[in-house]
Amino acid sequence: MSSFYFVILGTKDNPLYEAEFGTFKQGGDGVSRFREEQRHMNQFIAHASLDIVEEIQWNNQSMYLKVVDKFYGVLVSCFLTAGNIKFLLLHEVKSEDAIRNFFTDVYDLYTKTLMNPFYSVNQTITSPIFDQRVKQVAKKYL
Amino acid sequence: MHRQSSETVRSTIVPFSPPASKHTSMSSLAQPPMSSSSSLRFPQNRKTIYDRHLNRSKTSELSKASFAFLFGEMVGYAQKRVAGIQDLEKKLNAHGYMVGQRLLELYSWREGRSAKRETRILGALQFLTTTVWTSLFNKAADALEKSREKEDEYMIADNEPVVNTYISIPKEMGTLNCAAFQAGVIEAVLDGCSFPCNVTAHSVVSEQFPQKTIFLIKFDQKVLDREAQLGAST
Repeated sequence: MSSFYFVILGTKDNPLYEAEFGTFKQGGDGVSRFREEQRHMNQFIAHASLDIVEEIQWNNQSMYLKVVDKFYGVLVSCFLTAGNIKFLLLHEVKSEDAIRNFFTDVYDLYTKTLMNPFYSVNQTITSPIFDQRVKQVAKKYL
Repeated sequence: MHRQSSETVRSTIVPFSPPASKHTSMSSLAQPPMSSSSSLRFPQNRKTIYDRHLNRSKTSELSKASFAFLFGEMVGYAQKRVAGIQDLEKKLNAHGYMVGQRLLELYSWREGRSAKRETRILGALQFLTTTVWTSLFNKAADALEKSREKEDEYMIADNEPVVNTYISIPKEMGTLNCAAFQAGVIEAVLDGCSFPCNVTAHSVVSEQFPQKTIFLIKFDQKVLDREAQLGAST
């Protein structure tokens, strides 16, 4: 059963939000099945892929950069917003369209967060409602 | 003695806590979405910012009068807290900066599937003079020019800046231009696209357009370096 690790990074590569979830497809229950030692590897893999993101972001105008990196069967998909906020998703199965839809909906949620006058760019997102909505989006597409 | 009393306090809490925790877990079962957010306060209609839509229809435009009033108040507020004209412009710039950071993401979001990130100076400036200007002021900027003398300077001209419509500058503050607010918006948008720069507003008075303002954009050297590199590769 495939699991996902999702992280939002700010303009200074600082983490803003982090989530883990499993697939809901094929009778999945949405609970991530990462082993304990895999957990910190996820953060490491996400961090390592940032160099590649920075390399391709100037030769590509689209926001969705598709799969940017691979590491022992773990794929890293990236979405860059106009304001240089990075969404990274670690996954095991390739499904471009589903992940695009997921990112687009999270972008919507992120923009809404930003509309809050008490939130400023690069601040961590602690809203439980944001968290809940991201999980709903994950349930819908992943 | 003191230690003992603290222990007795703890022992009185312990028997109380299990029923309390049981109670919260029961209420969380009854209302799963709100369980972790019991301390959150909601607006009366229970609608959070995530329930509202980011699109605005043409009919829900803002009245110019209310904007002018708000902006006038903002300038007045800033004026009370600064020492000089430069400080005031800096403060207005900072206000605009916060607006610009949000506008960048919002307008990119509104472009939907055709949205793209700007990677070149010219593209970013065109995004400003068309998309941002038309969304904010319902018109495109009047001119976009590159400085002849300096490689890193660009100018955006606005013949009648909307923010200055009802602003009149007293004689003793001759050099002040409240469009510094708008300069802050520009700076934030370019900064957000990772084109760090410095933007200032300058009045260029003419017979025809007494309010004409030039926004002078001065990019960081690293932006130009990157531009040169990209230009070479494509």
